Amino acid sequence: MASPASHSESIDVTYVADLARLKLSAEEVATFQKQLGDVLGYVSQLKEVDVSHVSLLGDADLKNRLRPDELKPSLPVTEALANAPKQDNNLFVVPKMVE
Amino acid sequence: MDITSLTIPELRQKLASGEVKPCEVVDQLASRVKAVDPKLKAYLHLDIEKSRAEADAAKTDLPLGGIPIAIKDVINVKGDPCTCASKILQGYVAPYDATVITKLREAGAVLFGRTNMDEFAMGSSTENSSWGATRNPWDLERIPGGSSGGSAAAVGGHEAFAALGTDTGGSIRQPAALCSCVGLKPTYGRVSRYGLVAFASSLDQIGTFTKTVEEAALLLEIIAGHDPHDNTSIDRPVPKYTKSLGQGVKGLKLGVPKEYFIEGIDPEVEKAVRTAIEEYKKQGAEIVEVSLPHTQYAVAVYYIIATAEASANLARFDGVRYGKRADKAKDILDMYGRTRAEGFGAEVKRRIILGTYVLSSGYYDAYYNRAQKVRQMIAEDFRLAFKQCDALLTPTSPTAAFKIGERTADPLQMYLADIFTIAVNLAGICGVSIPCGFTSNKLPIGLQIIGPKWGEETMLRVAHAYEQATPWHKEKPPL
Repeated sequence: MASPASHSESIDVTYVADLARLKLSAEEVATFQKQLGDVLGYVSQLKEVDVSHVSLLGDADLKNRLRPDELKPSLPVTEALANAPKQDNNLFVVPKMVE
Repeated sequence: MDITSLTIPELRQKLASGEVKPCEVVDQLASRVKAVDPKLKAYLHLDIEKSRAEADAAKTDLPLGGIPIAIKDVINVKGDPCTCASKILQGYVAPYDATVITKLREAGAVLFGRTNMDEFAMGSSTENSSWGATRNPWDLERIPGGSSGGSAAAVGGHEAFAALGTDTGGSIRQPAALCSCVGLKPTYGRVSRYGLVAFASSLDQIGTFTKTVEEAALLLEIIAGHDPHDNTSIDRPVPKYTKSLGQGVKGLKLGVPKEYFIEGIDPEVEKAVRTAIEEYKKQGAEIVEVSLPHTQYAVAVYYIIATAEASANLARFDGVRYGKRADKAKDILDMYGRTRAEGFGAEVKRRIILGTYVLSSGYYDAYYNRAQKVRQMIAEDFRLAFKQCDALLTPTSPTAAFKIGERTADPLQMYLADIFTIAVNLAGICGVSIPCGFTSNKLPIGLQIIGPKWGEETMLRVAHAYEQATPWHKEKPPL
């Protein structure tokens, strides 16, 4: 069986969490730093695999599918908005983002 | 008469003869849920009146006419909640039916309840649910497996006749093994994912939990097929899977991959699987040893690719279009950051961070690109193995069900619970777990049968041959 992490790798959790739009607490940062360091240590075993001869092929079963450009009914606006935390005038309402 | 332990064909017979009415089926199932679900906690949401109304309108001459089916809380059913066991989707009501739901309705099925799961299908124990863990019907102190643990416990505990689940790295097969039911993960592209909340789009596939192989075949016939709403579903004819059963295994070659019998596997699990292999030999199958040399890398590849895809898929939960929004945001970035921090649980956050990291500038080639290449090598291993055999036989899980809380502090230990199931998703092929015995503590053990792409007919035929010769699937947990 693949063994648990033989070593830990470093990851800047605060920086990555910001990229992912996640506001973490200091405790979460510390816990994830250790846990994800272990996971990265584990996945680093992939470095030992020789992949130099591999070129990615994609899925042979998948093909482009074309269809006629026809009007078809879709989700009505009221239903599309029904789950929105805030809405007005058939639009989603969000905090101001441009000064 | 207790009808909740019947199989779908047995129940259909009683419905066809008029011995029971569809609404009585719903009522009896509801009574069973009332009796056992406080212990199992398999269901998140039930609307008995709605199910009863569907049953009253059911046409019993249809293939699933009047048969209640439970649905994992990650698949949209119009008018029902769909929380993915996450606080971020609390209060969300599905505005449309997933394609699999449309197909079940067309076949006459009655939709019955939403089953618990690990949040956004991320986990192997159902302990990552925001609404509390589901229990294993064979031992209430243990986990049912995951992420489709609610569906597995409901079917294993005879409080559902059948259930839909999803399998991204083993989330149907592993809990099926741990709860002694049949768990089928079809070939990638066999079943439409339209209306399924996406976790890892190149790996996710909808499949079934049933008591028997015949029922798995019957349900697959109904839910499979191309869907214009999901361009990764493939336009291939859907065989009559039930017709391929009952032909035995004489003349078939069954492969045993040596990399799946390794240090760390529970000796009782290994013994049960080896005994199952002997049974196949007895029935006239030829057993061949095969090698899948890149097996040991599957978990590492998975935790790069699945988290990368998850980080992109879960970007949509931002408090704008659905679900919860954090109060009193200073600006939009504050709103995103706090909504997601308050709405997601720890495992989901971990995976979003890992996935964002492996896709981030400077790390993409080292992690994501390399993982994709090793993934292709794993798929090639299977392609070569299936030149030597018709299906593969392996354990489903290296151990039987573990205790609640045993692995929650160590995510990596939890990830290793899927060591035998993950490669099947990476290769896009099909797999099924069937009961193959019990440990000395009376915990279920699963046998995994793996087929090549579009190999469901032979795979299910192989599964059925073993099931018919053994008593395991007939045992009922002491609840």
